[in-house]
Amino acid sequence: MLGGGVLLAALVALILGSVTLTPGEIWSAITNPNSTLGVILFGVRLPRVVLALLVGASLSLAGACYQALLRNPLADPYVLGISSGAALGVIMSLLLVPRWTGGTPLAGLLGALLTTAVVYLLGYRRGRISGQSLLLAGVIVASFLSAVIVFLMTALGTRDLRSTAFWLMGDLGLFPGIPLPWLFLAVLGAGALAYRFAPELNLLLAGEEEAASMGVDVPRAKLAVYVAASALTAVAVAAAGSIGFVGLLVPHIVRLLFGNDYRLLLPGSALTGAILLVAADTAARTVAAPTELPVGAFTAVAGAPLFIYLLRRRSSE
Amino acid sequence: MTAESRPPLLDVRALEFAYPAGGLSTANGRFGLGPLTFDVYGREFLAIIGPNGCGKSTLLRLLAGLLKPARGTVQYAGGEVSSLPARERARHIAVVRQEAPLVFSMTVEQFLMLGRYAYAEAFGFESRKDCEMARAAMEVTQTCSLANRRMDEISGGERQRVVLARALAQEPQLLLLDEPTANLDLSFQLEMLRLIRRLASEQGMGLVAVMHEVNLASEFADYILLLRGGRMFRHGSPKDVLTAGALEEVYGVPVRVDWNPASGRPHVTVMATASL
Repeated sequence: MLGGGVLLAALVALILGSVTLTPGEIWSAITNPNSTLGVILFGVRLPRVVLALLVGASLSLAGACYQALLRNPLADPYVLGISSGAALGVIMSLLLVPRWTGGTPLAGLLGALLTTAVVYLLGYRRGRISGQSLLLAGVIVASFLSAVIVFLMTALGTRDLRSTAFWLMGDLGLFPGIPLPWLFLAVLGAGALAYRFAPELNLLLAGEEEAASMGVDVPRAKLAVYVAASALTAVAVAAAGSIGFVGLLVPHIVRLLFGNDYRLLLPGSALTGAILLVAADTAARTVAAPTELPVGAFTAVAGAPLFIYLLRRRSSE
Repeated sequence: MTAESRPPLLDVRALEFAYPAGGLSTANGRFGLGPLTFDVYGREFLAIIGPNGCGKSTLLRLLAGLLKPARGTVQYAGGEVSSLPARERARHIAVVRQEAPLVFSMTVEQFLMLGRYAYAEAFGFESRKDCEMARAAMEVTQTCSLANRRMDEISGGERQRVVLARALAQEPQLLLLDEPTANLDLSFQLEMLRLIRRLASEQGMGLVAVMHEVNLASEFADYILLLRGGRMFRHGSPKDVLTAGALEEVYGVPVRVDWNPASGRPHVTVMATASL
């Protein structure tokens, strides 16, 4: 069902845009890839749709992982400041080694991992993780890192400023330096690593000591899932900037549909996230056409109210 | 066959432990436990009692292999528990504790299946054997009717039995319980302790339970370990451990010890009134 949804969303996204294509035009583009329509379809729209699918899946998987690792339903890469950490890493690499495109996602990964560690340590109180102090730590780290990013951006010069600002808000229109097949392999690899530990994530929901007493090698499982979730965040941020709330929203939608078993939740989140981000990006491209809005602005508008709803429901329990 | 002719399930020798400074600590800074030496045999029920902060729960974590001893050994069937692979350990030793509420709810049945993790194949969903074992654990604990309820809708007493059922789904030989009767009313307290006693005698399990209720420990345990400030104060049968002298010294309150006419075991009455 979700697989069909991915195809449908991708198809709709291919048709809609500043130039809306008819089925006949799509057919002529397929049969004649060198025509203008062919270039629009295969050179512009298809890569962008694939990018949206990959980024949506990555962010949703990362969010589902962080929610289990931190035992907190409000965790996601954006709220915890991990997206900002990855963004800082990416900007640092653009400033320091602008020619080394392969270094961009690696720097993002490093930033994501370091930020995860910092947020985790700040949220640690009296030997245990408290949900409230963790969120607070994430918010503080995120705003601190955003300030650092703003300082660094002034060093980028005016030519790159606008595109960097768009990228920071989350934008799928700027092609990353990373080729799509590489991106696909990275998402597949990190996603597979997370899925390998789906049973362990189920047990971690009951608590770390409980998981350990039921046979989970907790340090190994946590390390593996942290690396997987940070890699997914880094890839998504390097490719499309910090798109907020997808990682928070999508796992909760899937929880409502399929329950909390991570063996279903992870693949379900990847597919649902892919669908939703393609849909959001299609909306961002078409609503104010020919001007394109950053997709991150769209997801934030939809995601922020949901976050507040979840927060209120949780504190009323 | 006497208990002593079999090897013990759990063999604790000169066990010592201290939380690092800055971690959990008592008023005097570092928290020290031990040295402690004792055995637990199959079919035996050992109760650990003592005042708050005497190290009962820490000792239970050490027995479960969740903490590493600073000195000495905790051996299960000849192997050091904290060095056993977690999966291997979980097939022999199960822990029943007061658990924090789940962040994301699941059904009672899903919760029980977590206990089968140590037997699962990689990537596998539940096998027929897993379902049978979970079903058996539910029957023993009388939780079958709860199978499709969600963990956040059942009562505290039901929850306690479900946590026990999950531990039993691990098919353990040694069951470690941290205050198994906390939050239970009088009849559930008896039911819970009768149930685990029966498991010990029928399935040959060894039981170690941290308990606050001295009289319940007296009625149900074969042996009692009385701790004070992390040290072993007394260790022996309820009759040997639960004396007025020992209890007054450890708990600092006046007590009278007589006998429960129903069982002939020691019965402790605190000789205090509400007025100071």
